Amino acid sequence: MALKIVKGSIDRMFDKNLQDLVRGIRNHKEDEAKYISTCIDEIKQELKQDNIAVKANAVCKLTYLQMLGYDVSWAAFNIVEVMSSSKFTYKRIGYLAASQCFHEGTDVIMLTTNQIRKDLSSPNQYDTGVALTGLSCFVTPDLARDLANDIMTLMSHTKPYIRKKAVLIMYKVFLKYPESLRPAFPRLKEKLEDPDPGVQSAAVNVICELARRNPKNYLSLAPLFFKLMTSSTNNWVLIKIIKLFGALTPLEPRLGKKLIEPLTNLIHSTSAMSLLYECVNTVIAVLISLSSGMPNHSASIQLCVQKLRILIEDSDQNLKYLGLLAMSKILKTHPKSVQSHKDLILQCLDDKDESIRLRALDLLYGMVSKKNLMEIVKKLMLHVDKAEGTTYRDELLTKIIDICSQSNYQYITNFEWYISILVELTRLEGTRHGHLIASQMLDVAIRVKAIRGFAVAQMATLLDNAHLLTGNTQRNGICEVLYAAAWICGEFSEHLEDPMQTLEAMLRPKVATLPGHIQAVYVQNAAKLFATVLRKHEGETDSQAAQETSQLLIDRLPLFVQSANLEVQERASCILQLVKYIQKLQQKNVEVAEEVTALFAGELNPVAPKAQKKVPIPDGLDLDAWINEPPSESESEDEKPKVVFAKEEPKHSRSRHTEVDEKELARRREARKQEQANNPFYIKASPSSQKVYDAPGVEHIPVVQIDLSVPLKVPGMPMSDQYLKLEEERRQKEKAERKKKEKKKKREKRGKERKADSGPESEEDITPAHQVDIVTEEMPENALPSDDDDKDPNDPHKALDIDLDNLLSGSSSRPLADSEKLPVRTHRPEVLKSPVVDRDSESIPQETKKKGGKEKKEKKKDKEKDRKRSKEDKKKKKKHKEVEEELLESQPEEAVQSEETKEVAAPPTSTSAEASDLDFWLSSAPVPPAAQEVTAPSSAAAVDTSSAAAPESEPDDPKDTEPEDMKSSKHKKKKQKKEKEEKEKKKKKRHHHHHHHGDAGGEDSVQNGTVEEEEEEPLPPMSNYSLLAENSYIKMVYDIQGNHQDESKVVVSVIFENKSDSFLKSMEFNVLDSLNSKLQRPEGAGPHDGLTVPFQLPPGVSNEARFVFSVQSIVMPQKLKGTLTFIVKSDESSTHEKLDFKLHFTCTSYLITTPCYSDAYAKLLESGDLKGSSLRLEGINMPFHHLLARICFHHHFSVVERIDSCASMYSRSIQGHHVCLLVKTSDQTVSIDAKCDEPSLLGNVLDEIKQTFSKC
Amino acid sequence: MSVYSFQTEDTEQQIIRETFHLVSKRDENVFVETLDKCFENVCELDLIFHMDKVHNILAEMVMGGMVLETNMSEIITQVEAQGKMEKSEAGIAGAPARAVSAVKNMNLPEMPKNINIGDISIKVPNLPSFK
Repeated sequence: MALKIVKGSIDRMFDKNLQDLVRGIRNHKEDEAKYISTCIDEIKQELKQDNIAVKANAVCKLTYLQMLGYDVSWAAFNIVEVMSSSKFTYKRIGYLAASQCFHEGTDVIMLTTNQIRKDLSSPNQYDTGVALTGLSCFVTPDLARDLANDIMTLMSHTKPYIRKKAVLIMYKVFLKYPESLRPAFPRLKEKLEDPDPGVQSAAVNVICELARRNPKNYLSLAPLFFKLMTSSTNNWVLIKIIKLFGALTPLEPRLGKKLIEPLTNLIHSTSAMSLLYECVNTVIAVLISLSSGMPNHSASIQLCVQKLRILIEDSDQNLKYLGLLAMSKILKTHPKSVQSHKDLILQCLDDKDESIRLRALDLLYGMVSKKNLMEIVKKLMLHVDKAEGTTYRDELLTKIIDICSQSNYQYITNFEWYISILVELTRLEGTRHGHLIASQMLDVAIRVKAIRGFAVAQMATLLDNAHLLTGNTQRNGICEVLYAAAWICGEFSEHLEDPMQTLEAMLRPKVATLPGHIQAVYVQNAAKLFATVLRKHEGETDSQAAQETSQLLIDRLPLFVQSANLEVQERASCILQLVKYIQKLQQKNVEVAEEVTALFAGELNPVAPKAQKKVPIPDGLDLDAWINEPPSESESEDEKPKVVFAKEEPKHSRSRHTEVDEKELARRREARKQEQANNPFYIKASPSSQKVYDAPGVEHIPVVQIDLSVPLKVPGMPMSDQYLKLEEERRQKEKAERKKKEKKKKREKRGKERKADSGPESEEDITPAHQVDIVTEEMPENALPSDDDDKDPNDPHKALDIDLDNLLSGSSSRPLADSEKLPVRTHRPEVLKSPVVDRDSESIPQETKKKGGKEKKEKKKDKEKDRKRSKEDKKKKKKHKEVEEELLESQPEEAVQSEETKEVAAPPTSTSAEASDLDFWLSSAPVPPAAQEVTAPSSAAAVDTSSAAAPESEPDDPKDTEPEDMKSSKHKKKKQKKEKEEKEKKKKKRHHHHHHHGDAGGEDSVQNGTVEEEEEEPLPPMSNYSLLAENSYIKMVYDIQGNHQDESKVVVSVIFENKSDSFLKSMEFNVLDSLNSKLQRPEGAGPHDGLTVPFQLPPGVSNEARFVFSVQSIVMPQKLKGTLTFIVKSDESSTHEKLDFKLHFTCTSYLITTPCYSDAYAKLLESGDLKGSSLRLEGINMPFHHLLARICFHHHFSVVERIDSCASMYSRSIQGHHVCLLVKTSDQTVSIDAKCDEPSLLGNVLDEIKQTFSKC
Repeated sequence: MSVYSFQTEDTEQQIIRETFHLVSKRDENVFVETLDKCFENVCELDLIFHMDKVHNILAEMVMGGMVLETNMSEIITQVEAQGKMEKSEAGIAGAPARAVSAVKNMNLPEMPKNINIGDISIKVPNLPSFK
């Protein structure tokens, strides 16, 4: 035996391990594939062995091979085997392999559910940790659903190491199983205030990630995050929170005002660039969200811009990039602040990193003004010349055009300059953007009437020099420009100085080498030019020249008639015939010019590309209706064989008529755009064509007639630079003139008024160089601006857009519905069937679990169906099926009860109350933290507003709950009643002795991942707390909960609330133990030592601590005396204070709400082990369901069955005593018959019940 | 974290190298510092030979693509605790394996047929006689 072990381990020693494999691969560089295939064969052999160590080693190697790109999916089952090893070493290897190799499609994942569950609840924290890490990589919707509850439990694990992992993985769970978000959220929120910074950071991480996608649902968390932001020192957490605020501020501008100050402080103080960037980013978001009427924020903007400058000047390219990115955001709202950094941005154009240059270009786009446009474009033109690589140069080109054409040419004061720029751009070799330049030329020439003369002259030059463009190489892109040039020269030929020359240029043989569509335009416009030439000659009565022109066309056009391009051929032959006819007329000395010109008469107006789409459909016009009767269906049916699909056919074909699918539409739209781009009658929209219509009168732009003292005609190619100089001079001149005028005025007015206009030139001062009559594009009347919603329907986060506020506030308007319960371990109901069985369910064989799980799955899928079936089944075979169904149903249902009943006594902070709290927090200018605490709503004001608001929210309730009430009728009734009850209670405000505690008290008694009923069920964060003690510094409320897992322990949760303005620290909680009940102290502590409360309390803050007590006998209630000592630390002094209290352990607090199935209940009563007692309550003036709810809530019972005014109830003590109640009511009298195996316990519980009802 | 997404292509090795280069340039990076501490002066070869360890360290920092822990000492504590556990599990049986592994890891150009340590001579590959 011993030998065998030794042999095994020696064998293993010489198996190839990971390092050997890596080394081997490195040594077989030339035949790697072959080497690896032998290794894989070895691994396959190793996997066949029983020795888990050998298997693990093999799997480890496989993980490496997977990383190299080899398929290892065949070993998925072996990976599962290694995962289930009891040794951590191997388990970790298995999970690592799984996290690398498993994906949604891996079928063995189904087999892992139970193994993972086991590992999650392992006593070894690293087993749990490794399982969580693995799961985070391969979690599937099924795993998420089945394990959500286990992970939820782990969120309250005692070890922070587990807590942080559990919290973080919840994000993955939410993504895969969105239904889990609502139930899990309260606990997640609670973790934001976890004492461990790692857990806190994980919670912030998850919530921020969720909130980033659906910010509006998280607005109510703003106060909490604000607190974290001002208190946390973890940069990572800060960044997350600040990012979140960036997403929240657009929704709530008031939030922004609050944020500015702390953020600017952070900007000033932090040395971390990442944090700085996020702060700046959020400040920008805030300033954008605030209306422009916030003058004092110019300082903040200035600060941001300054800091961004530092980022941009940094040598780190990433920072530079981010700085530019953020700068572009500021630009949108505060262009002036950015414009002053033009130098820096222009510098970035020289950066070696292209992405930085592109960012800088983006910025320049927004930075231009009338004043600096020419200068900036000049710089860009220089870069165009310098640029290496066509991609960047093309980018520059498009940017120049974008910059100039933006907002309907808003910043262009001199269009001659712009045309010159466009012409200069045509000199670029090999650009793809010829069509872009062309469309700009067309647009400007058409819409700026004043420029036509100049444009035509320039275009004529271009046409004349066409050989330069089409030159030696195939400069495919740029010849598009000729398309525009030819059209402009033809259409506006009246401006041509020498149309004959241009006509000649357009009919050169070389033109035939141009692309067809350009030739077509050439031919057509040659005809236009011909008309112009004719008219000119006839005016001069030069018939000889006119006839020569005709002859020119007749000579040259046949070349085009032979064109392979149909369009060219057709136009050419038409025009050729026309000219021949004209020639005949000319020879007869007939005047033809007028008639020929008439062919091309009329001016074209620009039409907006969207115009047609915006034509409103007139009343009574049905575009889907048939114009003619459709062909009879019988005909088509005859042809088609009668198949299964025949029915669908008509519908299908019809839909084809009415609506073309999106793709097709998009394709057509694209095609149409293309067409329009090339069609001179369609003018491409300027970047913001919408703006054009808003601007009341583009025609009313101030028009200044200037005498062009410098001749504009530039021989050859124009040089745009001249215009820069010219413009300078012009402005100087204008300025001088204006000053003169001012002086005159001043002299006239004799200082009556003082106009301070000596400052720098403002935008408005710069007048356009000449008449900028930008013709607006035409739009139909009544056209509505339409913005297309471009939200991605496939975004996984869409499913997580869930309203969480109601849940948080515990309002009745939308509590957790049954359907929202997380699936619970399904073997538990088996245990519940007979409460007599020992509760330690861990021993239940796994088969049962699996079976239950499957059933659960089915049930989820079609609940409706199942419910019906279950009803039928109940009738048919009463016993077995029913049991199962009921079990599945009963557990969550019972849990809902306990939960809902808890909600009853919870603070009635309805949604509106929550909202008003947020309002309050937001509206108050820098408030002391006390008021910022939404989560500690014990202030009277909060309760008042909320209770006042409660009735308002009532009408919504039935509507909201109805859909969920399609449960079996029994449950339905119960539920509705509970809800009603809740509301009424709220109205009456009757919970005197229960103190209202909000979210702070959410956590009950989860101990080290114990599987406790209430704990497994997600709870809204509220509980039933009563006052422990109070003085002017501090208030303590407490709640006692039993613990399923340990029959001798109860957990006392105490919420400490700092009521003072001072800091409370060094809190020590001590209790004078009795023989029966003892405070659990850490090892090594003396029996009288106090326990240190693990936190300090800033003013106005509350926090919860839990203390475990061991109790021996639970049959009697008990009171323990105790003391809290603490130090009150204010600015000047610190004093020791103490507060005495009495902890009251009622017998009720030993009871645990435990669901019980009626069969088991009946058996229990029949068994005869229980002793009876009874109680009569007189003058009970409340509905029966109220009464039941109260007992359920205050005394931890659950309703087993209810028939009219009679109900049976059940509860269980931590030590396993069964307590059964039969409650009957008639005429304000309630009689309770009770049975329990411990009479004194029963007596005390009944007394406590009596007391509860005597109070109301 | 592309490392975690399912990849069929032979890209990950490349990614690891690139990551290393990217990551090693930024001195403030927690990952490198941690690797440095865990491997005692990390180099690229370490990462390739001990992929599993790198993954385990990374798992303490990043989980499913989300940042888990930024506190380096906490990360190292957890990594070391797990290392300790691994050692204790290997127990006495693990000792010779570790010794052999250490020998193997000495930078030997080729795997020798025989390893001679002092006067113990171990015949290396499979030992069919034991079976």
